[in-house]
Amino acid sequence: MTTDHVPAKPPFWNNPQIRAVAFQVVALIATVAFGLYIFTNTQANLQRLGIASGFDFLSSPAGFDIIQSLVPYSAASSYGQVFLVALFNTLLVSALGIILATLLGFGIGVARLSKNWLIARLALVYIETFRNIPLLLQIFFWYFAVLRAMPSPRQSLNLGDAAFLNIRGLYLPAPQFEAGFGWVLATLGIAAILTTLLVRWARQRQMVTGQQFPVVSAGLALLIGLPLVTFWLTGSPLHWQLPELQGFNFRGGWVIIPEMASLLLALTIYTAAFIAEIVRAGIQAVSHGQTEASFSLGINSGKTLRLIILPQALRVIIPPLTNQYLNLTKNSSLAAAIGYPDLVSSFAGTVLNQTGQAIECIVITMAVYLSISLLISLLMNLYNRRVALVER
Amino acid sequence: MNRIKTLTAVAAAAVLLTTAGAAYAGKALDAIKERGFIKCGVSDGLPGFSYADEKGNYNGIDVDVCRAVAAAVFGDAAKVKFTPLTAKERLTALQSGEIDVLSRNTTWTSSRDSAQGLNFTGVTYYDGQGFLVNKKLGVKSAKQLDGATVCVQAGTTTELNLSDYFRANKMKLTPISYDKSDESAKSLEAGRCDVLTSDQSQLYAQRIKLAKPGDYIVLPEVISKEPLGPVVRHGDDEWFDIVKWALFVMVNAEEMGITSKNVEEMKKSANPDIKRLLGVEGDKGKDFGLANDWMAVVIKQVGNYGEVFNRNVGAGSDLKIERGLNALWNQGGLQYAPPVR
Amino acid sequence: MAEARIPHPDLPPPVSIVGPIGWLRRNLFSSPLNILLTLLTLYLLVIAIPPLLRWTVLNATWSGDTRDACQANSGACWVFIRVHFDQFMYGFYPDAQRWRVDLTVLLLIVSAAPLFIRRVPNQIKLRLALGILACYPIIAFILLTGGFGLAVVETSQWGGLLLTLVIAGVGMTAALPLGVLLALGRRSQLPAIQTLCVTFIEFWRGVPLITVLFMSSVMLPLFLPADMSFDKLLRALIGVSLFQAAYMAEVVRGGLQAIPKGQFEAAAALGLGFWKMMGLIVLPQALKLVIPGIVNTFIALFKDTSLVLIIGLFDLLNMVHNATTNPAWLGFSTEGYVFAAAVYWLFCFGMSRYSQSLEKRLHTGHKR
Repeated sequence: MTTDHVPAKPPFWNNPQIRAVAFQVVALIATVAFGLYIFTNTQANLQRLGIASGFDFLSSPAGFDIIQSLVPYSAASSYGQVFLVALFNTLLVSALGIILATLLGFGIGVARLSKNWLIARLALVYIETFRNIPLLLQIFFWYFAVLRAMPSPRQSLNLGDAAFLNIRGLYLPAPQFEAGFGWVLATLGIAAILTTLLVRWARQRQMVTGQQFPVVSAGLALLIGLPLVTFWLTGSPLHWQLPELQGFNFRGGWVIIPEMASLLLALTIYTAAFIAEIVRAGIQAVSHGQTEASFSLGINSGKTLRLIILPQALRVIIPPLTNQYLNLTKNSSLAAAIGYPDLVSSFAGTVLNQTGQAIECIVITMAVYLSISLLISLLMNLYNRRVALVER
Repeated sequence: MNRIKTLTAVAAAAVLLTTAGAAYAGKALDAIKERGFIKCGVSDGLPGFSYADEKGNYNGIDVDVCRAVAAAVFGDAAKVKFTPLTAKERLTALQSGEIDVLSRNTTWTSSRDSAQGLNFTGVTYYDGQGFLVNKKLGVKSAKQLDGATVCVQAGTTTELNLSDYFRANKMKLTPISYDKSDESAKSLEAGRCDVLTSDQSQLYAQRIKLAKPGDYIVLPEVISKEPLGPVVRHGDDEWFDIVKWALFVMVNAEEMGITSKNVEEMKKSANPDIKRLLGVEGDKGKDFGLANDWMAVVIKQVGNYGEVFNRNVGAGSDLKIERGLNALWNQGGLQYAPPVR
Repeated sequence: MAEARIPHPDLPPPVSIVGPIGWLRRNLFSSPLNILLTLLTLYLLVIAIPPLLRWTVLNATWSGDTRDACQANSGACWVFIRVHFDQFMYGFYPDAQRWRVDLTVLLLIVSAAPLFIRRVPNQIKLRLALGILACYPIIAFILLTGGFGLAVVETSQWGGLLLTLVIAGVGMTAALPLGVLLALGRRSQLPAIQTLCVTFIEFWRGVPLITVLFMSSVMLPLFLPADMSFDKLLRALIGVSLFQAAYMAEVVRGGLQAIPKGQFEAAAALGLGFWKMMGLIVLPQALKLVIPGIVNTFIALFKDTSLVLIIGLFDLLNMVHNATTNPAWLGFSTEGYVFAAAVYWLFCFGMSRYSQSLEKRLHTGHKR
């Protein structure tokens, strides 16, 4: 009788478990060593060069002015406040950019699928042109070539004596709220609550009886009508402050500076080209059978788009759309190239230079962008979970 | 097996490097000598101070300072590599060691000398901040600038002075800060801003870059002191001394009447001061750890302060700036260098 | 007498359905809304195109050497581009050495041409591609930087389209393999490796490229031992490559996730190790799936090269931007930017078209 052939025990390093542990330990050690290496070098360099470190500088006075700030700011404010101003400027341009790019992008995406040959072609030309040209170049184009061609303040384009367009920007009338405007706002709030209740009631009624209620028109009537009535009753507590030419510049009113306008234009137009492609792909991903089924149930084409196609398309659209929003936010940092006071330009630029604390400033800036990215992804993931297909 | 071995070796090497890296701190001068050239930070295009022509050759007073240092260290003024830097990048680049010396119309201030870990080696140009406006505006004084839009370079002392000045005079200010001086000038020209503010010397330099220089005037007010000079990092005194003295040598040379043309003849001079400076007598040059005649080489290859000033920003250039504060101390100016002794 | 039934010959289809008129009706005037839209668009085109044409072609100045040549015409002054053309292409690369740049580009075109000819067998293509990948960077490096008897040209003298192509080329060749490794790491079963890769990817995807470039260009020496330093261009290259590698990793991960589990299991059942399984079974399928994504990342990288302007490298955009501030040539920003846009557009559009055709060709049999 022959003994069973006992296979030689494989050497321990061929054991997958041991291998896995070893790999990870090595990777961790290498990472930690690398981190330590950078850290000690930096420490040594900072000490050798006698560069100040720490975050104390945030409370010392900045001493320079900023062209655009959403929060009160003057040259006497601290570097910390510069950070806030810069952060809000970044958020402002990103938020506006996201809204505008979404609107434009959806429009062009739908136009791309239009049955009208001319419109579809135009949309295609738009997409292929703008997404293949670097954003920085587009910013430069708007800023240095287009907006620089605007007239001087004295020769401003006069838009109905209320708004003025010149090389210094677009000057708009600013609303001046007087006492009593609070009532208008309060009624608006009440109207909003009423509308919500109405929507809920209408939905329940539809569930039970199948009858529909014109929610949209009724809601709009509530939202617009009620505040208007109060506005009239309280004696129009709102005035418009018109911009006026005084000395060198227009004063009063709101101004959209060309730095922001060109950044916004470029960001919107560039990102809209990508969003349009995403929207097109999303709509095309919904099978044509859905449309046909919807039609055969007697649902009209508007409702088919709104109730059948879009909800399904959104599932495909949301994840890449989120990426575009993130890209837009990060791309807003190109503001530095044209002097719009955003986070990179004002904080990681001017403050860094005035204080000389490069590491702190860059770390703060990167941390802000990272948090914005993570936050937007988080929100979009939550939304995505809501609209995601419930699989059984 | 092999892979694990390599990885362990790499990790061990990384750990070793960490300790080695922390322990090692070399001398700047040795490192530069070994490298064979000087890394000099200059401005990104300012005629008269540092300006790259279409072939990428640099010219200007700030550039010549670096050339002088190269002549001192290597005996060859060409052994410099110039790095154009924006105002925003310059100090970080110097702090980090990206460049050895920054010669980029940088203002000497207390905080830069202390908290930012830098050392100013001297003053190449005594300057003050001024305003450049279009004649059409009809402004005669800076006090009339209330409500004006002002273009300024981001991250400069100019930006701070500007705010101070408008605050002190209770005027409303709308500043636009650009990274590059070119963009400020372009904006002034296009009418995006009413006023361009900067050191006066820069205003003259910017003006000749405009399409119609004649349409613009520099206002009479000088609102600040701007001593501009080369900067090095803290912590390397030998290197600091050389950069400092490269400039002093040029000033001393002008005072003694030594020029790049006559330096060889001057070596025969009987004047002991001149003999010491040119390394004919004594070994003052060696004290710096350099060749004994390095000062003569600097003068020969780059010239004395007057020559440098004249050919870059003075009467021999397009800028035609008066010597003014930058004349020698014995001619009513502020340029004064310690003796070679 | 039986009457023979002769079918009436077919009527021609109504003119309103076929032919150009039918096409117009179907595609442009199918409904009142469409008619309105069509007319509106036509009107917009009519007011937009003639001035555009007049500016770019009809009234433009093409010949001459100074700006005065452009005074006579109201259109674009292409002389500006002509005069600066060499600068836009080579930057500050010394005149006498520019043939080296031309040779480098020519070499790539000639050696890579067979890859794009369909009749060349795949075996040869693969070998050629590997050969190019191995040899070309070295040859190009020597040709461009100098040494071996050639005059040394500092990287600070590189500029224009040359620099743009160098950054884009190096970025692409580095980002793809790095991205694949990162994607594999992210999909790894080992928690430590996975965490490391996820952190790395999310970090790079979360920050703007210009902060990365700023860090690599002026702050890097702070993190290194006192006497260690790299070339400025090299640092920008590392920054761009790492940044794009993170994006590439996410694209490749998408492909990896789309490969059915059965493929992994089958490979494991055949006794293939991790690298063989990935290299021979999974990656070829995964990469093929995500070709559009990869090319999109390449295009993004190509466009992102323009950001090196902010750290003072003279790429194409910076050269153009710089030329527009030249006092002798003020006022020609539009011409400059239009030219730069056209160059970038050509490259990016070309890449996207090529990827589409590649995608079609590689669609082997899985089409349902």
